[in-house]
Amino acid sequence: MLRTALRNLFAHKARLMMTALAVLLGVAFVAGTLIFSDTVGEATKNASSRNLKDVAVSVQARATDSPDGPRQDSRWATALDQRVADRIRALPGVAGVRTDVTGEATLAARDDGRPVGNSGQNQVVNYLPGKDGSDPRYPLVRGRGPARADEIALAESTAKAVGYRLGDTVRLATDGPALEKRLVGIVATDDPAVNAGGSLALLDTATAQKLFLHPGQFNELLVAARPGTDQAALAAEVRRLLPAEDAWVASGDELAAQQAQMLAQKNRTLSRTLLVFAGIALLVGVFIIANTFTMLISQRSREIALLRAVGASRRQVVRSVLIEAGMLGLVSSAAGLAFGAGIAVGLRSFLGAQGAGFPDGPLVISPTAVLASLAVGVVVTVLAAWLPSRKAARIAPVQALNTIDAPPAMRSLAWRHTLGALLTAAGIAVMLVVSTLKGTDNLPLAMAGSALTLIGVMVLAPLLSRPLIFLAGLVTTRLFGISGKLAKDNALRNPRRTAATGSALMIGLTLITGLTVVSHSAQRAEDKMATTGLLADYMISTPESTGLDTKLSQNVAKIPGVTAMTPMRAATYTTNAAASGPGGGFGRLRGSDLDQIDKVTQLTFVQGSLEAVKRERDAIAVSQSSARKHGWRAGDTVTVEFPGQGTKPTALRIGAVYQDNPVLGDSFASTTLVDPHLHWLRNDTLLVKTDAGASPALARQIRKALGDSPLLKIQDHDDLRKEIAGQIDTAVYMIYGLLAMAVVIAVVGVVNTLAMSVFERTREIGMLRAIGLDRRQIKQMVRLESVVISLFGAALGMGLGIFLAWAGGQLLSNSESFKAYEMAMPWERLGLFVLIALIVGVLAAVWPARRAARLNMLQAIGTE
Amino acid sequence: MSLAAVPRSAFPARAAEAVAACATDLSKVYGQGETRVVALDSVSVEFARARFTAIMGPSGSGKSTLMHCMAGLDSVTGGSARIGDVELAQLNDKQLTRLRRDRVGFVFQAFNLLPTLTALENITLPMDIAGRRLDRERLGRVVETVGLASRLGHRPAQLSGGQQQRVAVARALAARPEIIFADEPTGNLDSRSGAEVLGFLRQSVRAMNQTVVMVTHDPVAAGYADRVVFLADGRIVDELYEPTADAVLDRMRRFEAAGRTS
Repeated sequence: MLRTALRNLFAHKARLMMTALAVLLGVAFVAGTLIFSDTVGEATKNASSRNLKDVAVSVQARATDSPDGPRQDSRWATALDQRVADRIRALPGVAGVRTDVTGEATLAARDDGRPVGNSGQNQVVNYLPGKDGSDPRYPLVRGRGPARADEIALAESTAKAVGYRLGDTVRLATDGPALEKRLVGIVATDDPAVNAGGSLALLDTATAQKLFLHPGQFNELLVAARPGTDQAALAAEVRRLLPAEDAWVASGDELAAQQAQMLAQKNRTLSRTLLVFAGIALLVGVFIIANTFTMLISQRSREIALLRAVGASRRQVVRSVLIEAGMLGLVSSAAGLAFGAGIAVGLRSFLGAQGAGFPDGPLVISPTAVLASLAVGVVVTVLAAWLPSRKAARIAPVQALNTIDAPPAMRSLAWRHTLGALLTAAGIAVMLVVSTLKGTDNLPLAMAGSALTLIGVMVLAPLLSRPLIFLAGLVTTRLFGISGKLAKDNALRNPRRTAATGSALMIGLTLITGLTVVSHSAQRAEDKMATTGLLADYMISTPESTGLDTKLSQNVAKIPGVTAMTPMRAATYTTNAAASGPGGGFGRLRGSDLDQIDKVTQLTFVQGSLEAVKRERDAIAVSQSSARKHGWRAGDTVTVEFPGQGTKPTALRIGAVYQDNPVLGDSFASTTLVDPHLHWLRNDTLLVKTDAGASPALARQIRKALGDSPLLKIQDHDDLRKEIAGQIDTAVYMIYGLLAMAVVIAVVGVVNTLAMSVFERTREIGMLRAIGLDRRQIKQMVRLESVVISLFGAALGMGLGIFLAWAGGQLLSNSESFKAYEMAMPWERLGLFVLIALIVGVLAAVWPARRAARLNMLQAIGTE
Repeated sequence: MSLAAVPRSAFPARAAEAVAACATDLSKVYGQGETRVVALDSVSVEFARARFTAIMGPSGSGKSTLMHCMAGLDSVTGGSARIGDVELAQLNDKQLTRLRRDRVGFVFQAFNLLPTLTALENITLPMDIAGRRLDRERLGRVVETVGLASRLGHRPAQLSGGQQQRVAVARALAARPEIIFADEPTGNLDSRSGAEVLGFLRQSVRAMNQTVVMVTHDPVAAGYADRVVFLADGRIVDELYEPTADAVLDRMRRFEAAGRTS
């Protein structure tokens, strides 16, 4: 039977081509993800181990909170100084101690001043010249090391990214005003963060200390060991020298392992996400494989009957089909693997171009990736062919003797339809329940309900295909006459086949439509919320946690035309979970200027008043939803803890409860109340109200007043809306891209079904040609069938997608924090999807239609 | 009159009859070099209007090829094939398709009908393709003639082989073509169903003045025709007017005997 299977495989090369392509694409996605993640993982690990090559022990300073309140600026105090370094250097086995000063600063690009690098990965370190005047850790490529306060050196890749050349004045900033320094050197580095798109700048030690620490302090000591010294033992000795609260000590190996683990974690999240989409692509592929084998077996039924007649057992027939599927899976997976390697390379450079930045390294194709990809391809193909193979086993030997082609008896779909109706009903019921719930905790239930509904509709698809295609057929008949009618009849002829082909397209479109509707609705809600209650004309902030210097911020208030300037800084607190019930947990208390707060944001009090908050030193105002969550009322005294300072419980009075306000969040109080609980005194945002509204000139003045730092984000209402819209759009386009593979495979499925159908209907087409259907009409007939099937899949997918988006969206709109969410239909985009389905239908038919039109009429009539 | 003495181009219609289709020095060659096969070798023949002509010959004699060329289903290598005053060799594929659609009817041996359409839809298919108005009166007459009135809503799978061929005949007749070509229309039928189908074809010639050209290798079928043309090795070798099955069988035997001795 192996020989039969192989012969069949080769005999139907052309017919299996599309199926092979479907498997190939799915496997390529899987292989691409695995190879990409191996390659990036390996390269990052190599880079980080190169970076840690000479590090036997690392001593990292812990931030120390001074007893007299928060730090007044970005500098912090450490316990590591030259004395500590010298004591470590005196330990046996130590070859040297490198005293590092590190901090974060963002560089401005030379041409347009935009901030460059990855937030959180833009480092500044001190240049430590050795006896020969150069720093061995950062070998000079050009120029010399920075030696004076106004000099700077950059890593080679950083210099390229920002566009500065030796002699240029480099602009960079921490939380304060922009700094300007002359570029005197370019260095090489193995630092993985720099490889991954971060930036690296070097200053002389004293300047770096002035910027980030205090004179004479360091925040990291890197200990090099003499050959033969045990890292762990050395680390233990170093640990003994230092109090645990001063510094964290790790051996080079520990550090490498920790870095590797962090990188792997990051990597894993990305590859898991990609694998989910690869799974969706493969699921779509399953439909196509199953469809192909069903068609092949019905075309081959007489052949199989003959095999049975001459003595092959049912099991042998099944095995022969499965072997054929296995071989097909293996060959396609091998091709998919090769294609996947290409995808991995493309993915790396694509994500690199998006700013993700990955270190260079060779393509890593691990045996695990190869085996996993091949296994996935073979298993998926064999499983998909399993049901059709059962069908093959049911073919009776006597069918070989039938002289007339009797159409294979259609098994009733009643059982399938009952099952489908039950599953769909169950899925819809779950989604209706979901629509009454709130919060993202119920997301798993929503996903389960969605999956159930999707599966139900897929099972039910043959039944649904009848009315939908009938309706579509009325249109095609109306518009295209007889070829439209024949197309409709052909699409209705085999509901299972049409359903399977349409379902493949449906999966992708359900997900795409659901995503589109939810994201569009969320965007509208965010849009509304971005400026709700915001009376200020400008919101000024910095990326991440850099913050704004508080003294510098005061300059803004002095600009003519500015009528109010309110700083916002936040402290995190925890509430006593036992007292506040199940809703207990974290909260953020914003400190602001209570005299000006009502000028920059719309405040509506439900209980109490702003006056009540101003009156008492320990009074705070809380949002309505936060009050409800904790069971607080105006006048209550509550106890919270601000972590970080021995976590003493702090008693606060609820002075007022205000209607939820995105500008203010959970709660606010005066800066006087909040400041002592901050770790670092700085403003998160500034809200600025002007008398004449926002203008570019004013924005420039504000920027200047704040030291012209490249980090500043000075946003008016329009900018705020656009920022959020842009973030959502980016994510949505990313997912569109990932789902595109599923749609491409579904299109391959449509091509496949049509090609097979044309092959099966060779004689019919010949007869139609003989009695007067011309080539154009034949093409049109095939094309319309394709369009009808595509639109059927699209209609199911979009209908289902909209329903699921509605039910799932209720989770958002029912929740307190996202009340503004309201389902909004992105009609334009949905219209675009219909158009795309139409185009997909036309494109999928190009090749099958041409084949049908080119059929030799006489041979077609004579085909047995 | 011996066989050899019959001039090749001497198979005109009778003097009084109008010509519906004719071939003049029609040749059809398949392949090249060693695989070259001459299917038709300078065939000249006329098919009279409102007459039932049968083309007979052993398998491989070229009778199907002659029909395919005359019906515009296949291209010719040399000579001319005309339907009415239209020279088929000068038409491109599109024009040929239109000619078949508007002026020719077909009945094939098997697989005449689209399984997705009902009997009635199959019958009106050529008119639907052409976008032509239905001639209801003609349709009614045709349906009645072939005795399918009660079966019009059925699909081919629900009809017997004989009924399917009757639907095919009805389809060929309903569009009122200039000429109907039938290719072994009774090849797959039992003798009773076959007789019915042949009866309808003859009836259509008698009652509706239809022109029918039928290819067959069955002397009984040929017996229904007004005239039988005999083909052998791509040439027309004889003809017979008002044939009976016996007379046809007799001629066939003679060709076969001649074929064996030559």
